[in-house]
Amino acid sequence: MAATPPVRRGRRRHVPLARILLLGFFLVFVLIPLYWMLNTSLKPSSDYLAIPPVWWPDEPTLIHYEAALFQYRGLEGLINSIIVSSAATVLSALFGTLMAYSLARYNTGGQHLSFWVLSQRFLPPIAIVLPVFLIYRNIGIYDTHIGLILAYTVFTLPVSVWMMYAYFRQMPRSLEEAAQVDGCTRWGAFWSVAVPLAMPGIVAAAVFAFIACWTEFFFALLLTSRYAFTLPTVFRSFIGFQGAQYGEAAALAIVSLGPSIILGVLAQRHLVRGLTMGAVRG
Amino acid sequence: MADVRIKALRKRYGTFEAVKGIDLDIPDGEFTVLVGPSGCGKSTLLRTIAGLEEASDGEIAIGGEVVNDMRPRDRDVAMVFQDYALYPHMTVRRNIGFGLRARKLPAAEVENRVATAAAMLGITPLLDRYPRQISGGQRQRVAIGRAIVRSPRIFLFDEPLSNLDAQLRDEMRGEIKRLHTEIATTMIYVTHDQIEAMTLADRIVLMRDGHIEQQGAPLELFDRPATMFVAGFLGSPKMTFLPGRIVRDGEDASVALDGGPRIPLPVGRAGDSADGRRVVLGVRPEHVYRSDSGAPPSGTVRLEAVIDFLQPTGSRTYATFRVGSVPIMAELEAHDVGRHGDTMPLEINLNRASLFDAATERAI
Repeated sequence: MAATPPVRRGRRRHVPLARILLLGFFLVFVLIPLYWMLNTSLKPSSDYLAIPPVWWPDEPTLIHYEAALFQYRGLEGLINSIIVSSAATVLSALFGTLMAYSLARYNTGGQHLSFWVLSQRFLPPIAIVLPVFLIYRNIGIYDTHIGLILAYTVFTLPVSVWMMYAYFRQMPRSLEEAAQVDGCTRWGAFWSVAVPLAMPGIVAAAVFAFIACWTEFFFALLLTSRYAFTLPTVFRSFIGFQGAQYGEAAALAIVSLGPSIILGVLAQRHLVRGLTMGAVRG
Repeated sequence: MADVRIKALRKRYGTFEAVKGIDLDIPDGEFTVLVGPSGCGKSTLLRTIAGLEEASDGEIAIGGEVVNDMRPRDRDVAMVFQDYALYPHMTVRRNIGFGLRARKLPAAEVENRVATAAAMLGITPLLDRYPRQISGGQRQRVAIGRAIVRSPRIFLFDEPLSNLDAQLRDEMRGEIKRLHTEIATTMIYVTHDQIEAMTLADRIVLMRDGHIEQQGAPLELFDRPATMFVAGFLGSPKMTFLPGRIVRDGEDASVALDGGPRIPLPVGRAGDSADGRRVVLGVRPEHVYRSDSGAPPSGTVRLEAVIDFLQPTGSRTYATFRVGSVPIMAELEAHDVGRHGDTMPLEINLNRASLFDAATERAI
């Protein structure tokens, strides 16, 4: 933990004040939309667009939650999203770690493979959606969890690989060599030395992958229909010819925040630990 | 405890050959230092013995057993790395015990042996700290602890002191020497520092461009270097090389230095060198003295020299002289020197001087 740098007495009071103001402004900026979302999810439909705005409903109601989760099948979407995003995240982290390690330590594929991996991201996703859709239809994984998990794993891999590639590259080889001389197999040295040290990078990459999967809309819309649909696609049904279901949309948005927040809290410990650990150099 | 035998060892990286056919026998319990300039292949040789590099050709045997195809973990060697290679995510205790746990020793015995090793190195109070919380010297002790705790057959050191400051380096050098006396296990030590090599080694293996230039006891290499490279590499300040040619006068021979005086050689020193042979006379600064009056002892030559510049170090002063146009360095008593431009009578002890063929750079 870094010690607070000494501050000259005369400036002592002013710096925190400026900091508080700045942070306060930022907090308001971030929290107002969230607050409005919660507010909207709890107020009756008649209050959505009322003037003056209703800052807090007189009688908060949960009817929008009920409608969003059951009538609009939001709960199914939520469960599908959790299944698909978690599975894709785990696969992406697993294969990403192995691939990044291979690239960093064995220079697999020479100097071009690592960049080729990243170059997959240059392709606009819309360019491949039609072929993917047709292939999925033909091999029978259209509108299945597996289909979506496969697609998401492939989409998130390049970024996962690159984030961990950087991690493994800066890790001194001698650590694993020491482990091998000490009595580990090559795999053992990777597992008991390299992976624990890369954990902050792995976690960071996993968080990115999860967020990408959790919020992905386009492929979910085109590769699923009645069974494997995910949370983002549910929102589509809140806007219809007769108007928008603001309350239901807000309620589902609040629900969809849950897993992200839980993940963030869990991951934070690893991410902070990564900042303080680092490799020991002479 | 084991000996190491290396036969015709080669290590290639693509077209580059780092180790070019090395034969080396290291007896059980000996402290061998591989020394040489950077890029001479010494670290590669060490890493090949450890099993971290695969030999391209040739054979390595530890304790009579060929280990070429053995994984590092099965060779029963321990290695101390230049950057210590301590596992940052483990405490000192777990770092030292790592190898024992990897070999599935019972927890109680691991604890015991870690405690013994820590006590031996005086790092017991650090056992529950992380590597980032201890100093460089302490990290080096932990790295050594991690090696000795396993009681391996061979210790390998890869420039273990080069990241320490000068004072700490002297201290750790002493500790490593003491350690070798205490545990009397075969140690192979890589360094580019000739002082480390001289002070630590039972035997020095001096390497150059992937092969062994000369090997032997430290003083043997120091006093009778086989080549100009060895002569120049060992000793600080460096040996002065004085090019010249042999002048024969019946039994007697002398060297006429280029642009300088003629230096008579002790009888038989020039071997059967013919008149006019190009040679290099090698003189160590510590074999050049300030001359007293009276006849010079046999085997020495007296010269009038002009002080060019002085480098005082405290106890000794390194003085560079000119004899004619030839520069000669001398190591003198700190208070035994004059000033720039002074003329001073010098004696060179030719019994301790080396003579090399100018073309082959090998000793005559």
